[in-house]
Amino acid sequence: MTSNTTAPAGGGSQRTAPGPARVRRLARRGGGVPVVLLVPALLGLAFLVLPLIGLLVKAPWSSMPSELDGGTVWPALRLSLETATAATAVSLLLGVPLAWLLARTEFPGRRFLRTLVTLPLVMPPVVGGVALLLVFGRNGLVGEWLNSAFGITLPFTTAGVVVAEAFVAMPFLVLSVEGALRGSDSRYEEAAATLGASRFTAFRRVTLPLVAPGIGAGAVLAWARALGEFGATITFAGDFPGTTQTMPLAVYLALENDPDAAIALSVVLLIVSVLVLAGLRGRWTGGAA
Amino acid sequence: MSTPAPQPPTEAAGVEARLVVDRGDFSLDVGLTARPGEVLALLGPNGAGKTTALRALAGLTPLTDGRLSLDGVVLEEPAARLRVPTENRPVGVVFQDYLLFPHLSALDNVAFGLRTRGLRRAEARAEAAHWLERVGLADHAAARPRALSGGQAQRVALARALAPKPRLLLLDEPMSALDARTRLDVRAQLRRHLADFDAVAVLVTHDPLDAMVLADRLTVIEGGRVVQHGTPADIARHPRSDYVARLVGLNLYRGLAQEQEVRLDGAQAVLVTAESHSGPVFAAFPPSAVTLHRERPDGSARNLWPVTVRGMELHGDQVRLDLAGALPITADITPAAVAELGLHEGSEVWAAVKATAAHSYPA
Repeated sequence: MTSNTTAPAGGGSQRTAPGPARVRRLARRGGGVPVVLLVPALLGLAFLVLPLIGLLVKAPWSSMPSELDGGTVWPALRLSLETATAATAVSLLLGVPLAWLLARTEFPGRRFLRTLVTLPLVMPPVVGGVALLLVFGRNGLVGEWLNSAFGITLPFTTAGVVVAEAFVAMPFLVLSVEGALRGSDSRYEEAAATLGASRFTAFRRVTLPLVAPGIGAGAVLAWARALGEFGATITFAGDFPGTTQTMPLAVYLALENDPDAAIALSVVLLIVSVLVLAGLRGRWTGGAA
Repeated sequence: MSTPAPQPPTEAAGVEARLVVDRGDFSLDVGLTARPGEVLALLGPNGAGKTTALRALAGLTPLTDGRLSLDGVVLEEPAARLRVPTENRPVGVVFQDYLLFPHLSALDNVAFGLRTRGLRRAEARAEAAHWLERVGLADHAAARPRALSGGQAQRVALARALAPKPRLLLLDEPMSALDARTRLDVRAQLRRHLADFDAVAVLVTHDPLDAMVLADRLTVIEGGRVVQHGTPADIARHPRSDYVARLVGLNLYRGLAQEQEVRLDGAQAVLVTAESHSGPVFAAFPPSAVTLHRERPDGSARNLWPVTVRGMELHGDQVRLDLAGALPITADITPAAVAELGLHEGSEVWAAVKATAAHSYPA
């Protein structure tokens, strides 16, 4: 938090404790940035920022209200927000204990398990959707039993959307929380044990509050990932307006017959993302740093 | 982990333990006993196994062998596959860096152990407030640990450990995180609280002063083994290892006694002591008993050796000399004497010790 600790080396003027702004200026002047690094860096920046600018420039601002009033937008946005939130809740419920297991216990195959958990991060979401179909589909390993025992079918339902989103989003949460757990001092749990707390009580009353910032950050990441989910959702849950058509699906569909509507929808999603990022920076990354 | 049913008391009240922890590169094997109302200090150099012993008593490090019983109830005995987990032991711990829960107020930290033992929130808080008052921190009940000074945090940690009324209180280097000025204060307070405490207290420290001031009995641990056990006065007078001798500021030697003469092991020297013994003994004299002379003195001193000054450093208002010769000697003399003798590193002088100042006791 204190930027004085990152003061650059050199100069006896350090004793006068320069303000953070001055330190930063000194640092910048001190080392020139080589052109070989500067040019690709600026290109990279442009590459990331230009599409966003393009989106804002090309957005049909004047006809925006009517574009968004088309009848598919608000149900899609509402569905997106609801399913992303539900997927985050599922991720929290299952992911936090999983992260605890990975961070605080030692058992054979733990490292392998950790790799498995992170697999959905790198796997193409469409493959995830196919895999989900094979397991939770009407004739799938679990799906058949779910159907015969409880009459529950997941594919092509709103619940299916939540399952698909949770599948791709949970690893973000697990990794974030596991990192927070590893970074927190496990001796606090020992202290709790000497005060008569069982391992679960220690987890609930000591560990959870200590890693709350990590859980918050992980939840926001998972929520954002769930909100943008496309591949697994369309594969596993399909594209039915009102029940499974989330915002990304609506954007993609609109792009074919009504590009202006697609742009308007994209702007809405962009605004939601920026809001999330602002919340993440202000409340969690700032506190955790 | 299942909690074994408490057995009927078969042993005396207090702690009876033989703690064996084998970790491959380090092994601890120490026997400890302490009665209720007694403060036992585990004293030893860094890496001696003091903290491991403390963790074993708390159940944070499992025993590999041995047995631990508290007030007649066996808490752990690997051979019988018996182990009461930490949370079910009537034990309180003050950790070296206190480990106060940073997200809870001082009051809730103290109330924590009362809540886990079934008290309702309001009751626990009332009781915790009472404990904070006892350690003089009633005004700081709402403070978060990071807002407390080192001495205050130590007292909150003590209150937190004492509140659930443990039958065994463990303190791990309770002063080490404090500056010298606070230490004096906190030591005096801790002494008062320990005097009021009616169960067993075990204190781990490498500071002999803490041990001498706070403890009724000392167990000195070196290399995972007990080298000496006794009252502070006893240990100060009759150290049985170099470590203890250095701590209490004595020159210590082992040797074979014949009447008053002790032939020192590994040295071509005989030390005449006040006592008569026969067989293996320790022989010791304080650095202040050493006198130095430029020329060989004529007097009656029977302990007289030519020595070379190896090192000198100021030690309080005395100069502590490291002398090499027939036997290694630490001597304390006044700065005036240093000047008078014109001493410097490499000086060759005669060292004398009166026989009445040297003591021997069976090894």
